[in-house]
Amino acid sequence: MGNQPRLVIDGLRASVEGKEILQGVSLDVKGGEVHAIMGPNGTGKSTLASAIMGHPKYEITGGSVTLDGEDVLSMAVDERARAGLFLAMQYPSEITGVTNADFLRSAINARRGEGNELSLIRFIRLMEAKMKTLEMDPAFAHRYLNEGFSGGEKKRNEILQMMLLEPKLVILDEIDSGLDIDAMRIVAAGVNELRSEERGFLIITHYQRLLTYIKPDVVHVMMRGAIVKSGGPELVERLESEGYDWVKEELGIEDETVGKEPEVKMPMNTIAPRH
Amino acid sequence: MSTQTILPADRDSVIELSRSRQEPEWMTGLRADGLDLAGKLELPKLDKVRIDRWNLNFLGVHQATREVTDPRDLPEAATRLLDTDALPNNLLIHYNSGVAYSRLSPDLASRGVIFCSMEQALKDHGELVRNYFMNIIKKEENLLTALHAGLWSGGAFLYIPRNVVIEEPVQAIFYIDDSQARFAPHVLIVAEANSAVTYVDTYGSGELTNHLVKNAITEVFVHPGARVNFASTLNLDKSITDLSYRRGHVENDGQINWVIGEMNYGDSMSDTTSLLMGSGSSSDAKVICVGSGEQKLSLTTRAVHFGKATDSDMITRAVMRDQSTAIINGITKIEKGATGANGQQTEKVLMLSPRARGDANPILLIDEDDVKAGHAASVGQVNADQLYYLMSRGISREQAMKLIIYGFLAPVVSEIPISRIQEQLQDLVERKLGHERRANS
Repeated sequence: MGNQPRLVIDGLRASVEGKEILQGVSLDVKGGEVHAIMGPNGTGKSTLASAIMGHPKYEITGGSVTLDGEDVLSMAVDERARAGLFLAMQYPSEITGVTNADFLRSAINARRGEGNELSLIRFIRLMEAKMKTLEMDPAFAHRYLNEGFSGGEKKRNEILQMMLLEPKLVILDEIDSGLDIDAMRIVAAGVNELRSEERGFLIITHYQRLLTYIKPDVVHVMMRGAIVKSGGPELVERLESEGYDWVKEELGIEDETVGKEPEVKMPMNTIAPRH
Repeated sequence: MSTQTILPADRDSVIELSRSRQEPEWMTGLRADGLDLAGKLELPKLDKVRIDRWNLNFLGVHQATREVTDPRDLPEAATRLLDTDALPNNLLIHYNSGVAYSRLSPDLASRGVIFCSMEQALKDHGELVRNYFMNIIKKEENLLTALHAGLWSGGAFLYIPRNVVIEEPVQAIFYIDDSQARFAPHVLIVAEANSAVTYVDTYGSGELTNHLVKNAITEVFVHPGARVNFASTLNLDKSITDLSYRRGHVENDGQINWVIGEMNYGDSMSDTTSLLMGSGSSSDAKVICVGSGEQKLSLTTRAVHFGKATDSDMITRAVMRDQSTAIINGITKIEKGATGANGQQTEKVLMLSPRARGDANPILLIDEDDVKAGHAASVGQVNADQLYYLMSRGISREQAMKLIIYGFLAPVVSEIPISRIQEQLQDLVERKLGHERRANS
């Protein structure tokens, strides 16, 4: 401990189903810093998060990612997590039959490593304390993982995991979507509680609101699968009052999105198959 | 075809055995009729399963059972599930062809509860047994039921008088290690009006030196307002082909709940049916299985709605490994006149091997308009997003797979009413999946 972690992303390119989404993203996030990545929908923000974490759907086609000098891209997903990466997901999976508590304990012990596992009683104390901070109903510990959780409950559960796992580098992918103002305040308080020199944050959002609760140090704007503009917190204010058009104008961008499917018109009354 | 070779015993010796055991005349007659029918009837027609190609050649020979006064006198493997220093108050142990031990708490006995071997029940309560024995499952149905009527031996009779509510589960153990023994127990449960009971049995075996067929029948009669919770786990060696029929007959406002853990290693056919005869009656069936090796499995759950405002729910979950095959049928039948009936079912199969096969067949047969019925079925592999999610928290791929697979089965395992047996089922699941016992629980 006491080390300041550092995530370096250099010229990262990634594609999904043959379409290149990330077209050379570079970032340098150090412990103690909060970076915000903003941008309209469809500009590659969530792809960046998933590519860093190693979602199997994304193929890395170029560039590098290192955490404290270690090559992240050569690690399996679980190794990335144990190395200290954490991604709070936009759409966490629901897993029947696995209780939240069992899952959290497995995750903590995986992070701590063999021989260093947390005893059951200490785990429960820790979990209950963190749940209280997040104003979560203790019953959520015994419910199946994310099953039947509302959007806001899922997001709180992601923050709970973040608090318990104490990662070196946290990526929050649209943690604010679907949150009401109270929930957002609680989630932001959870994040702020974890801010320290030993931890860096990358916060992905397309609303400015979250960033009034979590003050970023650096703000990046993403368009067409790349960082097109970076600045200080004042950039958030300008984007809030003026939107993104001035950025596009300044850079001569007409369509800011990337890898977009041509729109398909669905016939009326079509119901998507349930999966 | 094996119909000829399947007849193991000549009629005369079966009748002679029945007489020598002083069975009532009607039972001797039933056995004779069963064997006669067996010569004429066919094997059941199972969807997509050629049971006629299974090894059904040897049904064993009836072996006399030595009764014991202490279960510790039985092989340790047979009583492994028991704490022999603190036996359950209500316990029956069937060993090879017959019942070796049984006990019932004096309190329940004084309230008129009967729990004993089927042979003992024929001696002491012949007329009571006669009202029910093979009246829910009929000998005329097919070759297997006819053979069972002729050859059954051992098994349990459980009778709960009107208004008696039994809190503590009633437990039965069925164990076989004699390769020559007939293994054809008959379990009959009769719950009189407004009574309630939880019955749990477990089937286990040693490794047999030859192939043997288990031909078992369980009948449950639920009188008005009564409730029967029935749980069964099966863990038979691959040398045993398990053919099991279970059927409940449920009268007005009665309720039957089945929980079945199919963890056999040999080919298995099971058919678990609830007949919702009375209005307001209901049933719930939860079945899990793990297929491994080259096992062939045919698992059917069925709910037949006759009464008005009847409710049924059925869930089957199967995990398939290696080259195992499972055909899983869920049949909801709503008869004409069963207005207000509601039948739901779900079958899910998780495939762990490209060479395994699993078919989920939801079947709704509805002859009444004013009803609700629903089904869901899925066959698939471990969900890649779920795996990614767990791994993104540092959990290894192997551990994440385990969590997902056990989670898939957990909603049924957690329904087993005796904690020791719930743990045993969890162990059986882990063994069938080729996993070590989890270290952290």
